[in-house]
Amino acid sequence: MEKVREDFPVLHQKIHGKPLVYLDNAATAQKPSAVMDAVRKFYEVDCANIHRGVHELSQRSTAAYEETRLKSKRFLNARSKSEIIFVRGATEGINLVASSWGRKNVKEGDEIIISALEHHSNIVPWQMLCEEKDAKLRVIPMNDRGELILEEYEKLLGPRTRMVAVGHISNALGTINPIRQIIEMAHRAGALTLIDGAQAAPHTKIDVQALDSDFYTFSGHKVFGPTGIGVLHGKKKLLEAMPPYQGGGDMIRTVTFEKTTYNELPYKFEAGTPNIAGGIGMGAALDYVTKLGIDHIAAYEHELLVYGTHALSEIPGLRIIGTAREKAAVLSFVIEGIHPHDIGTVLDRQGIAVRTGHHCAQPVMDWFHIPATTRASFAFYNTIAEIDALTAGLHKVKEVFGA
Amino acid sequence: MIDDLYQETILDHSKRPRNHHPMNDANRKAEGYNPLCGDKLKLYLKMDGDIVQDASFEGAGCAISTASASLMTESLKGKTREEALKLLDKFHQLLTTDTPASRDLGKLVVFCGVREYPARVKCATLAWHTLKSALDNVTEPVTTE
Repeated sequence: MEKVREDFPVLHQKIHGKPLVYLDNAATAQKPSAVMDAVRKFYEVDCANIHRGVHELSQRSTAAYEETRLKSKRFLNARSKSEIIFVRGATEGINLVASSWGRKNVKEGDEIIISALEHHSNIVPWQMLCEEKDAKLRVIPMNDRGELILEEYEKLLGPRTRMVAVGHISNALGTINPIRQIIEMAHRAGALTLIDGAQAAPHTKIDVQALDSDFYTFSGHKVFGPTGIGVLHGKKKLLEAMPPYQGGGDMIRTVTFEKTTYNELPYKFEAGTPNIAGGIGMGAALDYVTKLGIDHIAAYEHELLVYGTHALSEIPGLRIIGTAREKAAVLSFVIEGIHPHDIGTVLDRQGIAVRTGHHCAQPVMDWFHIPATTRASFAFYNTIAEIDALTAGLHKVKEVFGA
Repeated sequence: MIDDLYQETILDHSKRPRNHHPMNDANRKAEGYNPLCGDKLKLYLKMDGDIVQDASFEGAGCAISTASASLMTESLKGKTREEALKLLDKFHQLLTTDTPASRDLGKLVVFCGVREYPARVKCATLAWHTLKSALDNVTEPVTTE
């Protein structure tokens, strides 16, 4: 895995005179040269708008953009590429479903289930929908390891449950949720499911057919692609029955001032000129990850997690928040007497980039009665030596604050 | 250097904040919130006419915001409303410009290192934003955004 670092130019720099140790991968992942090359090639050689042009450049850019749809279909093992909707990211994927499917199907008194682990982006769209429709939002609780309590989830499911929306992997704690089981239970109750895969796509194999998820969404930038592009996968039958999300170009078949007929899937949900370069870049990112092998990545990152968990646990006064038995390579922690922002600043001066704050998951912080954590999140280009640098950095933090 | 940010006085006030308690006979109160880090702060003032007779605060935050609130409450006592607002201006200048620190700032000059850390300026100003709304008698919580 050492060799892959050469593919990521951004990693080879000094921050405040120290080699950069990038441990904020759950926020956004760095991009390999292959992604930058693909984006550059698009702008330098192929740049044109897609789908409408008869000229050569438009055909080339259309082909390259649509190639990513095919790659995304393979990446998720979707049944058809018409089930792959390009969105700005997982946030937009969730909003699309809440807005289009939700407005049509959720009625007064219906219930939507989310979990205590959710990122704000998988809370707020459902809250907005529930408010509009006078529906109820129910929350699957978690235990003190940061694992969802399935017995409680079972009790929440009922005849009024319309949708169960949960994250595949928690961004704040790293918990890997048993989504296959969660989906099965939802289906038994007659509810649909949406899986927020923003944190899962870069770290674990996704097979939407095996999972039987109704909707699955992820962001390109967390899987080593550009920002502003992502994928929403939905089962064809559901997507076909849903009204468009936004109106504009590309999503129409015919327009008169009296009536508009909509385009077929997936274009019905893709109004306006999309992030073409981003889409092409994401295709290169998916290729890159696929070539490395997602199972290989997961195994390597697990080694980092085990080593990091052990190393951090040795630091007196440090408490790891989120100790799920099934966990991705995320280490969220607090140190007694030192605020996470102070930890973050002192680490930054040593070249170490971590996230500090509530990680857009304030309910998770509230559950643990803490305002914030420091979070180190890993990718396959991180090394054991970088974990040692983090440990040394944390000792420096303690020295500065005399804790 | 990290020591320029976390000077001795700041570390001392963050660990042993002064005037860190609620005030029952306060006649001005305000709440401040920094949505960036979730830090919350309650500020209490006892005004005698135009003069700040006493000041205290509640809430836990990072070292910078706690020390800032602690040193601010210390420096406010005995100041008129106008003097307090002037001090606020000078403190803000200290954090955001390269102009030499005003002598009126006294101990508050220890925050001069914060200007090298733009992400942390809001930590240092939370208490002062809250002061502004306490002096203006604003009852809605103020945020640093």
